[in-house]
Formats: sequence, structure tokens, C-alpha cells
Amino acid sequence: MSEYLAVLLFAVAGIGIVLITFGISRLLRPHNPYPEKNVTYECAEETVGPSWIQFNNRFYIFALIFVIFDVEAIFLFPWAVAFGQLGLFALVEVTLFLMILFFGLFYAWKKGVLKWV
Amino acid sequence: MLEVIIISSIKVLTVVIVVLTCCAYSTLLERKLVAYMQHRLGPIYAGPWGLLQPIADAIKLMFKEDLVPDRVERTLYTLAPILSFVPSLLVFAVVPFSSDFTLFGYDVTGVISDLNIGVLWVFMITGFGVYGVVLAGWSSGSKWSLLGGIRSSAQMISYELSYGLSIVGVILLANTLSMTEIVGQQDSIFSWYIFRQPLGFILFFTCAVAETNRAPFDMAEAESELVGGYHTEYSSMRFASFFVGEYANMLAASAVAATLFLGGWQGPLLPPIVWMMLKVFFGMFIFIWLRGTLPRFRYDQLMNFGWKVLFPLALLNTMVTGLIVMLTNGTN
Repeated sequence: MSEYLAVLLFAVAGIGIVLITFGISRLLRPHNPYPEKNVTYECAEETVGPSWIQFNNRFYIFALIFVIFDVEAIFLFPWAVAFGQLGLFALVEVTLFLMILFFGLFYAWKKGVLKWV
Repeated sequence: MLEVIIISSIKVLTVVIVVLTCCAYSTLLERKLVAYMQHRLGPIYAGPWGLLQPIADAIKLMFKEDLVPDRVERTLYTLAPILSFVPSLLVFAVVPFSSDFTLFGYDVTGVISDLNIGVLWVFMITGFGVYGVVLAGWSSGSKWSLLGGIRSSAQMISYELSYGLSIVGVILLANTLSMTEIVGQQDSIFSWYIFRQPLGFILFFTCAVAETNRAPFDMAEAESELVGGYHTEYSSMRFASFFVGEYANMLAASAVAATLFLGGWQGPLLPPIVWMMLKVFFGMFIFIWLRGTLPRFRYDQLMNFGWKVLFPLALLNTMVTGLIVMLTNGTN
């Protein structure tokens, strides 16, 4: 338990440092905003249209593939820790598991999901 | 119990201050090294060899006006720099920086917290780093920031996979997730995991460069096309927070690489803490060297490299290591 307490202390110290430096800076810095200064940067032109523009929908697909494979990676950690006691059966099983997912990646690859044009 | 809390607090404060100082001086180291690689001198006016430059930079950033453009989402805009900086610092909670020692009659362990899930903690915290980037990009209300944030979050999650998988080989050999035990197992130079996991180390370090958004994977702040990427609209201390966070991330990645692959604080003659510092700064040197040497990837090349080269290699490394461990152990 004391191990997690130390981590908590560390988190408190980390957040504390940020707040203290922000606080000191707030006391020291000038504060003089005016409308021209507060305009969003767009190469010195007036901003055109909304800021939340369309972007390539491939980003969503990458996020989806990421979730699948990240879960896979998490499953591998306990397997790796206990590998000494598990032996051949676990190795075969994990190899099968990895193979299925790897073919999934291969399928996505062949379908052109990983292509950026 | 009180004694434990006091000792922990002192250690926490020491580590936080040391890490922040190292971050500040890493900026100087980077500017100097890159300058020498390009036949320039780098900072020379602030103190001898530019040694006061980081302090001058810090004071300058403190006194800068904090601009908050009209279009930003206030809450997330404020939260993003903190979410980017604090996780990079929290990695150091599980990194063993020295052997156990006795100070003023108290036994002190050489790590802030020897979590039995240390390696998982590192990856959990590294995963948090994405939030800082994507929230900063989205909440700034600027097209540059949005594109930079989306791009680099996609990059970071893509490389996070191989980052996690490249470690599985080491865990297969070590049979533990505790960083302290992993260091304990590498007590001579021949048992360093880099020699048994050379591919794992290369994969780990490549992904670490991509995770920290450093050149040649610095798509997040490709100045020539995205202005400043996700921190275009940030100024003053908020910008400094991202900046220090990037260097803290690099230090953390070097420290984790040193711990998992290079024997951590183990080494002959010199005190353990000195060995740890040497190994961490060796990692930092490689980061800076890469920046001074390699041109930036194009975005599609970067994603292809992550998914079609690094990820299959990491899977292969895991399976081959498993097979070899199986065969050499002789268990069935």
C-alpha cells in the first residue's frame, strides 16, 4: 500500500509544481488583451469558416485498429510474466492468438485500409 | 508510517527537482550539440559555454503575456498542458535510480515506488500523453492545431502498439513486471537485456522517438506545414509546460530504456546514481543525434513504417523470444 502512497505523493508534487509555476507567472506577467491580439492564428489573415474542419476519416479507422491491437498487447503482458510456469501449451495458444490478429492486420492491409493517398 | 511518508516526500521532491533541472539543461545540451553538428557555436552569451541560458529562457517565459484566443474551449485549453506535463513526470515514480542506501541512519530504497506492475505503469502513463496532445489540438480552435493534434495522436497510438510489444520480449526473459527486479537481474554487463533483445531495443527506441514526437517523427510540429502543430495557440507558461513535458518525456524514455535494456544503475567503480545518469544522458545524446542527422518523414511513410514494418517485427520478436525461452528452459 505504501508503494501506491508514494506514487500518489509524486502525482501531488507533479501537479503542485505546475500550479506553483503557473501562479508565479500569473503574478509576474503583463495582461493586456485586445481584439486583434485574440484572433486565432491563420497566417495573418482573417480566419475563414469554422475551426473544427473536416479531416481524413482514415484517422478513425486507425483508431479502431489501434484499440484491437492494444487489447492484444495487454493480454500478452500477463502471459509473458507467467511464461516460466505455463510452458508449451501457452506458447502454442498465444502464437495462434497472434496469428489470428496478424492475419486481421494483413487483411486490413490488403483491403487498402493502411494506405494514405 | 509517518517516517515512510517523510522519507517518500523527500525522495519525491529530490527527484522532481533533479528531473526538472535535467530537462532545463537538456535544452542547452540539445542546442549545443545540434550547433556543433552544424558547425555553429550555439548559445554562448549567457554565462560561460551558455550555461545560464536555460535560466534566462525560464525567466523569459515566466514574464511573457499569456494569450488566450477568443475561439478556444477554456477548460480543455487550460487542462491540456497539465495533462501533457504531469504524466511525463510520473514515469519517474517507478524508475529505480540507485541501489538501496543508508542516509542519516535511515534505510532508503533507490526507487520512489517499487510497484510490482512497474512496466505496465510506464505504458499506462505514456498512454496518457496522447490526451495532452489531442485535447490541446482540439480545444485551441485553430485549424493548424486541430490538424497537428489529430496527426500526432494517430502517430502516437500507432507507435504505442510496437512500443508495448517491444517490451514483451524482456518480460518473457525477466518473468516480472517490477522495474527493480529487472535491474537486479542485469548485474553484469553480459546479462544486460540489450544483448539478448537487440531487436527489442531498436524497436523500443524507435518507438520512443515517435512517442515523444521528436525528429525524424516530429509531425506534430512540422513547422514548414503546420506552423507549430498542436501548440500553435499556446504562449507563456502553458507553452513552457508542453516544452518541458517533451524533454521530460525524452528523459523518461531514456531512463526506461536504461532500466530495461542497459542494466539501470548497475555498473562497476562509479556510484550507482552516476551510472544511471550516464546511461540516461547516453539516451538523450542519441535523441539529439537523430535530430541532427535525419530529415523528417512524410506522413504516409511514417504511418506505413509504424504499421507495416515495426508492428510485424515486434510481433515476430515476441514469438521468437517465446520460442527460445521455451527451448532453453526445457520445461514442457
